[in-house]
Amino acid sequence: MGYVPVKGGTQAIEASIKRLTYERLKGEEILEINTILATMGSMIDQVMSESSLYSPELAALAIKQGEGSLEEAVFLMRAHRSTLPRHYYSETVEAETMLVERRISASFKDIPGGQLLGATYDYTHRLLDFGLLEESMETNRRWLEDYKDNFSAIQGSKEVVYFPKVVDYLREEGLFETYKPDNTAPTDVTKKSLQFPTTRSARLQVMTRGQTGAVTSFGYASLRGYGQVHPTVGEVRVGKIPIYTIHPNEVNQEPEDQFYIGEIRITEVESFVPVTVKNDNNKDELEFEIGYGACYGQNETKAIAMSILDQCLEHPNTDFPTHDEEFVLLHIDSVESTGFISHLKLPHYVTFQSKLDSIRQVKKEVQEVEN
Amino acid sequence: MRTNTHFAFFDEGSKKEIRRATLKAVAIPGYQVPFASREMPIARGWGTGGLQLTLSLIGKTDVLKVIDQGADESVNAVSIKKLVQETTGVQVTDQTEEADLIQSRHRIPEIPLTKDQILVLQVPMPEPLRPVEAREYATKRMHSEDDYSGAWLMLFEQIVKYGKTATAADHPVYVNGRYVMAPSPIPRFDNPKMHQSEALILLGAGREKKIYAVPPYTAVESLAFEDYPFAVESFEGQECRLCGSAHVFLDELIDQKTGETVYQCNDTSYCMEQLNSTEKAEVESSYA
Repeated sequence: MGYVPVKGGTQAIEASIKRLTYERLKGEEILEINTILATMGSMIDQVMSESSLYSPELAALAIKQGEGSLEEAVFLMRAHRSTLPRHYYSETVEAETMLVERRISASFKDIPGGQLLGATYDYTHRLLDFGLLEESMETNRRWLEDYKDNFSAIQGSKEVVYFPKVVDYLREEGLFETYKPDNTAPTDVTKKSLQFPTTRSARLQVMTRGQTGAVTSFGYASLRGYGQVHPTVGEVRVGKIPIYTIHPNEVNQEPEDQFYIGEIRITEVESFVPVTVKNDNNKDELEFEIGYGACYGQNETKAIAMSILDQCLEHPNTDFPTHDEEFVLLHIDSVESTGFISHLKLPHYVTFQSKLDSIRQVKKEVQEVEN
Repeated sequence: MRTNTHFAFFDEGSKKEIRRATLKAVAIPGYQVPFASREMPIARGWGTGGLQLTLSLIGKTDVLKVIDQGADESVNAVSIKKLVQETTGVQVTDQTEEADLIQSRHRIPEIPLTKDQILVLQVPMPEPLRPVEAREYATKRMHSEDDYSGAWLMLFEQIVKYGKTATAADHPVYVNGRYVMAPSPIPRFDNPKMHQSEALILLGAGREKKIYAVPPYTAVESLAFEDYPFAVESFEGQECRLCGSAHVFLDELIDQKTGETVYQCNDTSYCMEQLNSTEKAEVESSYA
C-alpha cells in the first residue's frame, strides 16, 4: 500500500539490520574477543576512557560488535553503563600509589626517581612494517623467549618502588603554592547534569570522558593561539592504581577496613603553567600552576590536551572559546556530538514543510508589497 | 558480566530520579528542569529525552503509541517502539484514542487528547533563548529574571526584515504567563493544541539534559504582537487526497506519475481512521 512515503518502516528496519549482519559475517572470519584484548590495547583504552566504563572485556565486546567503529563502541558501552546502578564510590585515589610503567618529565632531565620510558610509540619510525602481513606464532614465541632471557641476568628490586611526583620537588622550592587538601566530595556528572558555572571536579570528569579527537583538537587550538595557556609537561605517568572502597554500612571507617576492589590502568599528566600573581607588595610575580589531565588506559595525547584545557577553564577568558567552559564541556562528548550530528539523517518532513510555508509566506508578502 | 535487561531498561533508581525531575517540571509549568540524562541504546538527538520519560513512566498495563513527524510507521518511531516493547512487553498501538502514553517527535496528533493520556514530546533544543544567547549560564538567568526581550526582539527583527514573523516550527510559547518555552519543533499548526490541553504534555531533551512540562489545563500562548498576530501554516484550499480531510496538517508530495503537487494527512493514523470510517459508512449505507 503506497500510503505514506515512510510506511513500511518495520520491514525496512528489519531488512537493514539483516544486511548489517550480512556485512559483518560475509568475510567468514571470526575475530575472537581474546585477540582484541591481546592486540588492540590502545583501542580498548580509548573506548573505556570515552565511555567512562572501566572494563577491558566489555570494551573488546563493544569493539567487536561495532566492527571497529570507536563511535559505535563507545555508544554501546555508555548505553550499557546506563543500566548499571551506582552503589558506592571508591575512596580517593592517590596517584603516588601508582605502579608506574612509564613516567617522563619534559621539565627536568634529572627527576627524582628518574625517567622511565616504558612502552611508547614516540621513538618508533612510522614506516609500515610489511613483515606483519605474515606473522607467525612460532617466530613471535622465539622473540618473547629471547626478550625474557635478557632479563634473567638483571637483579630486580625486592620492594615495590613508588615514584614521587615531580611537582613535589618544585613545591619544596616554593615555586608552586602548597594548597590545603580540598576534600569536598566531587560532584558526579552522571548523577547531576552540569550547571554553570561548574566546579573543577565536574570539568575534569567531563574532559576525561571526552572524545579523544575533540579534547585533542581543543587543547591544540588553545596551544596554537586560541587560548592563553603555554604549558610544559611536568610529568606524564602511566601505570596501575589500586582502588579501595569502604563498607557502605560500616560505622567505623578505618583505613585498614577498606576493601581492595581491583586496579585501573591510567595516564596522568601534570602540566606546569606559568601564571602572573600579585605578591605581598602588590608586585607582579611569576608562579606555576598545575594543569591536570588523567584518563583510563594509555592515551597520553588526550591526557596532555586535557591538562591544557583544565588550566584554560581555570582562567575564564571571553576572548577565547577554549577558555569558555560551556564551549568546551558541552561539545566534547562522543555520544552527544555523534548522536546529534547523525540525527540530521532522521526525516524532517514536518519541520521542513513548516519552513517552506514560512518562506513562501514571506515571498508572497514581498511580491504584494512590490505590486 | 552478562546481564539481563531490566524492566524498561533502567534500574529503578534511575527511573525514580527521572520521575522526580518530571514532578518538578509539572509543578513549574514551562520551566526546564535539569536532570542526569542517561545514555540510551538509541542515539542522542534521536529521541533519548522522550524515551527516558517514557521508560520512567511506563507500567505493565500501559498502551504505547510512538509517532515520528506524524507517522507511526516512520523508521525511528518503529525503532523506539521496538526498544520499549522489548524491554517492557507492553502493548503498542497506532490508534491515538487507545494509547495512554504517546511519544511523539515534532507533531501533536490531530485527535484531541484526553485527561487519561500523557503526551511525551522529543526535544532537540529546549532553550527558546538559545538563538539570542549561546551561554546556558546567561539564558538561565534571563529566565529567572523574566527577561524575554531577546525572544521578542527576534520576532521584531523578522518583521523588520521580512515584513512578518518568519518562524518555522518550534515557535516559542508563553506557558502559564510566566516561562517562555520551546514547544519542540512541532509546526506552528500544533501550538494551539497545547493551550488548555486535557492531557499532560511532557517534553524531554536527552542531550541537553532537560525535562519540562505543560500540565493539563494550562494557558499556552504563542509569542506574537497585536498587529502581527500569530499564524499557523496555511493549507488554504487543500485537502487530503486520500481521506479528504481539510484543517489538518498536510504533507506536500509530488505525484511520481503526473509530477503534480498533491497533499495528504501528515498524521497517518488519523488519515487511516478517516478512511476506515468512510468505508464503514459506505458499507452500511449500501446494506440499507
